[in-house]
Amino acid sequence: MYDFAYQKPASIADAAKLLADPEAKALAGGMTLIPVLKQRLNKPATVVDLSKLGLAGITVSGGMVAIGAMTTHVTVARSAEVKKAIPALASLAANIGDRAVRYRGTIGGSLANNDPTADYPAAVLALGATIKTNRRSIDADSYFQGMFATALEPGEIITAVEFPVPEKAAYVKFPNPASRYAMVGVFVAKGPKGVRVAVTGAGQNGVHRHTAFEQALTKSWSAAALDGIATPSAGLNSDIHGSAEYRAHLVGVMAKRAVAAAG
Amino acid sequence: MPQVSLTVNGKPASAEVEARTLLVELLREKLGLTGTHVGCDTSQCGACVVHVDGMAVKSCTMLAVQADGAKVTTIEGLAAADGTLHPMQEMFREHHALQCGFCTPGMVMTAIDLVATHPDGLTEEQIRHGLEGNLCRCTGYHNIVKAIAAAWPLMHGKGMPAAAE
Ligand SMILES: Cc1cc2nc3c(=O)[nH]c(=O)nc-3n(C[C@H](O)[C@H](O)[C@H](O)COP(=O)(O)OP(=O)(O)OC[C@H]3O[C@@H](n4cnc5c(N)ncnc54)[C@H](O)[C@@H]3O)c2cc1C
Ligand code: FES
Ligand code: FES
Repeated sequence: MYDFAYQKPASIADAAKLLADPEAKALAGGMTLIPVLKQRLNKPATVVDLSKLGLAGITVSGGMVAIGAMTTHVTVARSAEVKKAIPALASLAANIGDRAVRYRGTIGGSLANNDPTADYPAAVLALGATIKTNRRSIDADSYFQGMFATALEPGEIITAVEFPVPEKAAYVKFPNPASRYAMVGVFVAKGPKGVRVAVTGAGQNGVHRHTAFEQALTKSWSAAALDGIATPSAGLNSDIHGSAEYRAHLVGVMAKRAVAAAG
Repeated sequence: MPQVSLTVNGKPASAEVEARTLLVELLREKLGLTGTHVGCDTSQCGACVVHVDGMAVKSCTMLAVQADGAKVTTIEGLAAADGTLHPMQEMFREHHALQCGFCTPGMVMTAIDLVATHPDGLTEEQIRHGLEGNLCRCTGYHNIVKAIAAAWPLMHGKGMPAAAE
């Protein structure tokens, strides 16, 4: 790892000032950034630790679950309020990586990184959540812009994520047995934003909506409604873990399981 | 260079580190606590797990500066002053839950966290899931799972073995 200057600002304004430098990089849980720095894939002059900005915490009110960017996966997984309002979100968080990763990794870091096999992007897209930053609000449909690409501008800081509480929702993933990242993960939701289905892990461009499934489930919310709807394998990942055709098949299987689990 | 001050195994410790110094490097190289191992250095194997403010984390994936002010417990901090092993260490010994021993410090630290966060009981399935971040090249995990199940009643002050056969 190359050395860098370490800063732990105490206000969002100070953090924004430090991150205005293109050579600076934000640090949340470090579960992605530290491995990246070790591999020397990135060489920031300054690492800006976001842990003292008061960005951790969960509030539920008015049909909305707001989760601070620095809230760890374990906190979401164990939150009685999240379990009650959006159980699918708590169980998604409980199955990210392993215990040690969940104690450090944060929702903000996961969304800023937008790994094409990460779990949270599926929840954000399917639930129609809003990403709050120090500059603006970004709706889920415009936030995800392909593999590791988001609508975030340089130096922009995610402060929170707001999830509208759905009527029904569930997330089912087929985890890569080594990393636990999603080979394919499908989040289905029926709620204030309509019926939405988001697929992670499968697509070359990361998380995306499955409109054919959405239309079928809008007509009839049941696993059987997805029978016979093939998922095209074009644009899906093919690697040592599985072919694009295999992933296309898994999308259907995970989606049906998710609809069944949502009830 | 940044200065970090923390509590390690109940005693105050401080050291001058580089910003890039990992917590595991601080523990092993500056503080001489070589019980914490580095197996992969890529956040996969869990040999480096220690407790930071009560949470089992991978010390190879945390900067020493991030642990400033924290309470850290390593494998060296588990046994009592008179050498009496922690119940988890004792059960690992009893159930032959180690062979080469390289993964053991991280396994034990994760296992203690796992048992502590499941006061209402711990099934075999939960134990196996709980060990997803800890790799062992020797044992096949079976005896590790047994040791953890056996440690559960001891850690929760109950005489009966946990129903995790
Ligand atoms: C072994 C292992 C297994 C994993 N398995 C899974 C899995 O199964 N599913 C899954 O979804 N994830 C998985 N992860 C990823 C993990 O869950 C973290 O969510 C992820 O690493 C990013 O979160 P972080 O808080 O660690 O961010 P960091 O690593 O600290 O940061 C990641 C990136 O986001 C930027 N950033 C961080 N916070 C903000 C913010 N608030 N605003 C703007 N930019 C920000 C940083 O600058 C950096 O570029 C795994 C990680 C490991 C090491
Ligand atoms: S050495 Fe830290 S996870 Fe392997
Ligand atoms: S006992 Fe050898 S790696 Fe686990």
